[in-house]
Amino acid sequence: MARRAQPVSPWAGIIAAGFVVAVVIAAFVGIGQRIETTTGLRAAEWQAVRFTVWQAFFSALISVVLAVPVARALARRRLPGHTLLVTLLGSPFILPVIVAVLGLLAIFGRNGWLNTALGVFGLPEVSIYGAHGVVLAHVFFNMPLATRLILQGWQSVPAEQFRMVGQLGLTPRMVFRIIEWPLLRQVVPGAFALIFVICLTSFAVALTLGGGPRATTIELAIYQAFRFDFDLGRAAVLSLLQLAVAGAAAVLALWILPPIALQTGRDRAVRRWDAPSLWGDVFWITLAAGFLLLPMLSIALSGLVGLFYMPFSVLTATWTTVWVASVSTVVLLVLALPMAAWLAQAKWGGAEALTLLGLVASPLMIGTGWFILIYPYVSPTAFALPVTALINAMMALPFAVRILLPPMRQVFNDYGRLSMGLGLRSLALWRFVLVPRLRPQIGFAAGLTAALSVGDLGVVALFADPDVATLPLQMYRLMGAYRTEAAAGAALVLVALAFGMFWMCDAWGRRHAAG
Amino acid sequence: MKYALTLAATLAATTALADTPVLTVYAGDYFTSEWGPGPTLETEFEKICACDLEWSTGDLVPRLLLEGERTKADVVIGLTSDVTAKARATDLFAPHGQDNSALTLPIEWTDDTFLPFNYGHTAFIYNETTMDAPPASFEELLALPDDVKIVIQDPRTSISGLALVLWVQAVYGDKSAEVWESLSDNILTVTKDWSSSYGLFTDGEADMVLSYTTSPAYHMFAEEDFTKKAAIFPEGHYFMVETVGKIAGTDQPELADQFLAFVMSRDFQTIIPTANWSLPSALPQADWPEGWSELPLPEKVLFYSETEAAELQADAIETWRAALSQ
Amino acid sequence: MRGGGGMLRVEGLRIAQGDFALSADFAVERGRRVAVIGPSGAGKSTLLNALGGYIDIAAGRIEVDGRDVTDAPPDKRGVAMLFQDGNLFPHLTLAQNVGLGIRPALRLSDAETAKVHEALERVGLAEFADRKPGDVSGGQQSRAALARVLVQAKPLLLLDEPFAALGPALRIEMLDLTSQVARDAGATVLMITHAPEDAERADDLIFVEAGRVDPPRPVADVMANLPEALRAYLGR
Repeated sequence: MARRAQPVSPWAGIIAAGFVVAVVIAAFVGIGQRIETTTGLRAAEWQAVRFTVWQAFFSALISVVLAVPVARALARRRLPGHTLLVTLLGSPFILPVIVAVLGLLAIFGRNGWLNTALGVFGLPEVSIYGAHGVVLAHVFFNMPLATRLILQGWQSVPAEQFRMVGQLGLTPRMVFRIIEWPLLRQVVPGAFALIFVICLTSFAVALTLGGGPRATTIELAIYQAFRFDFDLGRAAVLSLLQLAVAGAAAVLALWILPPIALQTGRDRAVRRWDAPSLWGDVFWITLAAGFLLLPMLSIALSGLVGLFYMPFSVLTATWTTVWVASVSTVVLLVLALPMAAWLAQAKWGGAEALTLLGLVASPLMIGTGWFILIYPYVSPTAFALPVTALINAMMALPFAVRILLPPMRQVFNDYGRLSMGLGLRSLALWRFVLVPRLRPQIGFAAGLTAALSVGDLGVVALFADPDVATLPLQMYRLMGAYRTEAAAGAALVLVALAFGMFWMCDAWGRRHAAG
Repeated sequence: MKYALTLAATLAATTALADTPVLTVYAGDYFTSEWGPGPTLETEFEKICACDLEWSTGDLVPRLLLEGERTKADVVIGLTSDVTAKARATDLFAPHGQDNSALTLPIEWTDDTFLPFNYGHTAFIYNETTMDAPPASFEELLALPDDVKIVIQDPRTSISGLALVLWVQAVYGDKSAEVWESLSDNILTVTKDWSSSYGLFTDGEADMVLSYTTSPAYHMFAEEDFTKKAAIFPEGHYFMVETVGKIAGTDQPELADQFLAFVMSRDFQTIIPTANWSLPSALPQADWPEGWSELPLPEKVLFYSETEAAELQADAIETWRAALSQ
Repeated sequence: MRGGGGMLRVEGLRIAQGDFALSADFAVERGRRVAVIGPSGAGKSTLLNALGGYIDIAAGRIEVDGRDVTDAPPDKRGVAMLFQDGNLFPHLTLAQNVGLGIRPALRLSDAETAKVHEALERVGLAEFADRKPGDVSGGQQSRAALARVLVQAKPLLLLDEPFAALGPALRIEMLDLTSQVARDAGATVLMITHAPEDAERADDLIFVEAGRVDPPRPVADVMANLPEALRAYLGR
């Protein structure tokens, strides 16, 4: 049975989704205009498809499997530094690729801390390069995100249920069966699909840590087709192939997803009566913190020296970057909030797969397509920054919607009728009900977008104005000009900025969380 | 409406500057950054041309292909020898009109469309304080113990990576596959671009990195670090050259010609070494900046013309990929 | 004279939800307090949600205060409704929650603010205006919801057991307060209940069973002559 009336009109969301679809289709149309001849796909590219799917599957699987105990530990323990750690969980995800790779290698590389420690004990060296290195790097990037998504699910379990657990004296095994397993079935497929799709589009990380062309992904083939062979036909075919793989993953995940069961509880702080194994939780939290923070620490240490070598232009680039990231964040919210509201009220959530479009359609593809479209009319250089901001927002869209959707459903479930009865709709509803209720999630999503945008080199590199550079672009320029130390300094500024913007948004969300 | 306003503003701005003609030069991103030669060259050229030189950065050939006849470029600088064939095929370029005999390249240059402005060679760079027995030849490189690790660039995404597979092709021909197989144990990893590789090397992750014979110059003259060396091989090194070309449909033909003449001038050529960390294309060794002529350079230079390279490229890359994928 | 004395008219109403179907045809006189009683799953909540405009109906016509509201959105039907829970926004103060009943905007005129405080005073919550729902007792939350009903000033009030969680004394007290509030506002009340003693405090009684809705009859009449099904339900 269809709901008679909906508190929020679905149209804004449908229009937002239509906009995203239109941006991607227009890019394909742009490219389509210029396809001349194409060599089609070669054996090497099919091998790339296989490797891409394989590594994305295992990266997502391991990220999610490790995230579960960490999220559980964080949900039921408040060790010192809890808040800081939860915030820091957003950070690896937003690191620029090359910075993260160097950070990881400082720990796991040949001369890294791990191998140095092994050497001290006379143990053999461990090599990070290979398929396991690819997975390790992807887990480093994405496990924190998975943890936050799962933690969010855990925190949505009403306090009443844990009270009941305490009263019944349930064993951890029973708690898992009765509360946690149904919860994980709700949260994990979505998180898995999201990480699978991010890893699909990985390219430089996979190549570098994979140790060579064995670790070729579809995205590398797309890059090669666009920038090296300039075979637009092959580039378009590969982009479509990537879309198809991601689409299949999304459909599969939604198919596994059980029907949505909402739980009503009151806003109460959760006090847990189960949680028997303190040391187990401490173990998981420490492990996750070490794994995530040591590479960050090494980035910070090498960057500190570089700060002194950093040219002034890094500061101007910082300003540009803040500007682009802010615009991205606003665009994201304008797209994500109505889409989440639309999906939250829809009977079938399958349309959520549309949010993946911007992430899977390679930025290179969207950038090139739009370049072809706008070039006859205006200088693409003038649009480099706005287009970058838009593409960054589109890349962040699936994360934002995934974060917003479950609590949005809950709000409609709990307060939909009341709001309708009071005639709260459109802006008033957003202002008085949805935004205050969803504040923590809005803050988290906005922070993630801002940070992602800070760290992303983006399409700005495709047709940049030499005088307007973003921070990542400036960092790559420094690296390209042998200024490794200054680049490390710029990387530190970049990480600090990304993290600062993330922290501001996230803290805004959590400080005044409704309650 | 907004568009009309922008247009009006642009027109107004153009009118105001009507007496200063603008020369638009497309260049690679690294070239125009404040750490590249771009800013200095701009100042120098504007002293003599009574014009406004504007850099426009991005991927050169993809951009020219996308823009076609409507390109705003008057001159394109930074086309490497592996993309000149594609650039030539666009029919956008006019003869450069300079005298090739003034060039001081280690190879003969007869192309009258693309004019070289700098060059270098592929080479493996090592740190002499950490490497006791650097290879003295390609053969020794192949015989290195497995624990000596090299980082290279992917020929599918990087120009220097492509130069490497052509280098191996030029030295070993049909035996390339075996060469790659024997090297595979030493190849730590492959990166997307030169910067990442070089970063891994300077971080101490790799013992050697695929770079250029001129790389040590940066460390020597900018950092006073004399420990980074290029391993010079008697088998020869692959020649890498960057060229400049004039767009036939330019609305500033005189300025474009003046710029090409500037490229061959002493002013330009003396800026190149320390601003671009590469060798000047038309400057006798005696006139190189102080210390530069002591830089170890290969006796033998290997080079494929753009037609030869275009024929060999796909197979050479596939040989590399197949051998390293095992 | 509007509606010929019928405050609420339900004509040929049909609701289909999967296997469950409900049909109703009845009218309620102005100012009556009507108890809706019947076994669990009989369709009491479904009926009230349909009257409130929260669920789709398959056929029929609903008229409130002489106006056809069949297709009107919940806030334009002349109906105020209190649910079993979720009657207040936990992140807003009691005053803000009540204020939303006047206008779905929180910037109220001085006169409107005065009205909010008057309503809070009327239900004995004057000094709790700036508290949030989580900081007051269950009974006080119910009072705040009633204060909102008061300012909403709708001619029809639907109660879907909003006081079920309160103790018997408190529940009776709240029902009396509701009656007073409704009388002050001149509103007609339909309230779902399970307790016969609550039903006996109403004027009329609607019995719902297995998707069938009996038209309202005066409570005294019904109690004097219990139909078989109702007798079984009440266990008498």
